[in-house]
Amino acid sequence: MAPTKIRIGCGAGFSDDRIPPGVEIVERGELDYLAMECLAERTIARETLDRAKDPTKGYTPVLLERMEAIMPPALKRGIKIVTNMGAANPMGAANILRKHAPDWGCPDYSCAVVRGDEVTDIMRAHPELALMEDGAPLESLLPRMASANAYLGADVVAQGFATGADLVITGRVADPALFLGPMLHAFGWSYDDYAKLANGTLAGHLLECSGQLTGGCFADPGKKEVEDLAGLGYPLADVWADGRVEISKTPGSGGRLDIATCTEQLLYEMHDPTAYITPDCVLDASGVSFRQLAKDRVALDGARGKPRTATYKVVVGYFDGYMGSGEMGFAGTNAVARAKLGIEVVKERLRRRGLTYSEMRIDLIGMNSLHANDAALAPEPYEVRLRIAARTTDKKAAEAVGAEVRSLHMQGPTGAGGGVNFGARQILAVKSVLIPREWVKPEIVMERAA
Amino acid sequence: MSVRVYDIAHARAGDKGNTSNISVTAYDEAGWQTIHRELTTERVLAHFRHLGAGPVRRYELPQLRALNFVIENALGGGVTRSLAIDPHGKSLSAWMLMIDLPGHNEGAA
Repeated sequence: MAPTKIRIGCGAGFSDDRIPPGVEIVERGELDYLAMECLAERTIARETLDRAKDPTKGYTPVLLERMEAIMPPALKRGIKIVTNMGAANPMGAANILRKHAPDWGCPDYSCAVVRGDEVTDIMRAHPELALMEDGAPLESLLPRMASANAYLGADVVAQGFATGADLVITGRVADPALFLGPMLHAFGWSYDDYAKLANGTLAGHLLECSGQLTGGCFADPGKKEVEDLAGLGYPLADVWADGRVEISKTPGSGGRLDIATCTEQLLYEMHDPTAYITPDCVLDASGVSFRQLAKDRVALDGARGKPRTATYKVVVGYFDGYMGSGEMGFAGTNAVARAKLGIEVVKERLRRRGLTYSEMRIDLIGMNSLHANDAALAPEPYEVRLRIAARTTDKKAAEAVGAEVRSLHMQGPTGAGGGVNFGARQILAVKSVLIPREWVKPEIVMERAA
Repeated sequence: MSVRVYDIAHARAGDKGNTSNISVTAYDEAGWQTIHRELTTERVLAHFRHLGAGPVRRYELPQLRALNFVIENALGGGVTRSLAIDPHGKSLSAWMLMIDLPGHNEGAA
C-alpha cells in the first residue's frame, strides 16, 4: 500500500560537499529517502575524460569516501538512496561500490543504474542544432567536444526505485528530479499530475543545495545571525500523498530554516519565477509563499505546474584552451604601487618571451578582485595581492603566467611575499542545446546483471 | 532620505552560464516599498555595467517582498571559462547590496 507521507533528506549539494552533515541527517533525520546531488554543470565533462583514460572510472571521485560514510547507517535504517554520483559512468560506480560495500558491513543490497543520459553520438549526428547561448551551430564545438549529457527527469529515478532497489545511481538527472523521483515512486503520482509535480519539484529545488536552505550562504554578523553555523544541518522534506510539503532539517543540528532562508534559496538560480523549466514540468513559482509552522519548520504554498516541454536540455562540455594564473602579496607602505609595478613587470616579461594571450585579467586582491570595481576609488589597504590570469590555446604559455608571477619573489619589486603559481588548467567549458525527448532512450539496469 | 540596499534587504547570487541571478529580499514592508519603487532595472544595470553586463530583467514576488534580477553577461564569459577569481559570481550579492537608493521612508507600512 502506498504511504500517506514520506520524508526525503538531502545528503549532499555538490560533489565535494561536507560529509558529516550527511551522516547526521541519516542517523537522526528519520528519513525514508536520501538524495545526494553531486554533479555540477561541467563536472561530468571531466569525468568523461577520466573514463576515457580508465574505463572503470568516470564516476564522481568522492564516491567511495562519501558512500563508506553514508551507506552503512542508511541501509541499516532502511533508507533508500538516490544519487547522481554515477556521473559519466553510473555502472562503474555501482560496480566499485559492490566491491567495497561488504567491507563496510553492507553485503546485501539492491542497486539500480540509470543509463542513457549520454548523447554524444546524437550530437555528432546533428551538427545543425543551435546552441542556446548564442544560436551558433553545434558543429563549431564538435571537434572540441568532451561530453554531452541530457538532463533526465524524475520518471527514470522512480523507475529505478520501482525495481525494489535500495540504491539508485544515475548520471545526469535534473537536480530537483532526484527528490521528485522518490515521490513519484512512493505515491504512484501520475506523471501528468502537474499540481503535484510542481510541489515536488519546488521541494527538490529548495533542498538540492543542501545547507544553502538551512542557513548556509546567509550569515552576516550583526545583521543576519545563524545559530551554530559550524554545525549546520542539512534539510529534509515531509511530503504527503496529496502533494503537501513541509521543510525541516536534522533535529538538533545548527543553522536556520525560516522564511528568509527559504526565500533566498527559492530564487537561487531560478531566473524567471513563472517558468522554471525542468524535464518533469514547468514550475511557476511566482506565487510561492512560506509559512513558519515552528522553529526550523516551514510549509510551502502556491507552487503551480505547467506541462513539461517536448525537449530535453543537453549540456555539451568542450575544450576551451588553457588558463594560467598566479598571485603575489605585498604589504606595508606603498604596497599597491609595488603590486602594480609587479604586474607591469610580468606582462613585459611574457611579451618579451613572445607569449600571447587571447584574454588577460589583472586583479588587486583586497581592492577589486571580486567585483572588478574601480581600484582607484577603493581605500588603499595595508596589504594587497596581485593576481594575473590569462587564457591561451598554448599550454606552455599558460604555465608561464604563474611562473613569472612567482619569480617576482626574487626578481620583482621589493618585499614581494607569499607567491603562488597555480599552473596551467585545461578549461572545460559548457554550452547547451535542446533536443526532442524521443531521441533519448534512458534505461534502468540492475547492477547485479552487469 | 537615501538608504543603502544593504540596510533594508538581503541578497543571494547564483549563476547559469554567463548570467548572474541575484535576488533581493526586503526585511520589512517599508524596505519592500523602497526596493520595489527604486531598485529599477536601470539602476541595477548602471551598477553592474562595468562588468560588461546587460541586459537586466527584473521579476517581482510581492508576497515574499522579493525582487529577482537576471543579469546577462555578468560573469566574464561564464562560470566554466571565466578568468575571474569568483567565476560563479557568488560574491555579487554583496555588490548589489552596495547600491544607494533615494526616497526611503522608515515609517512606511
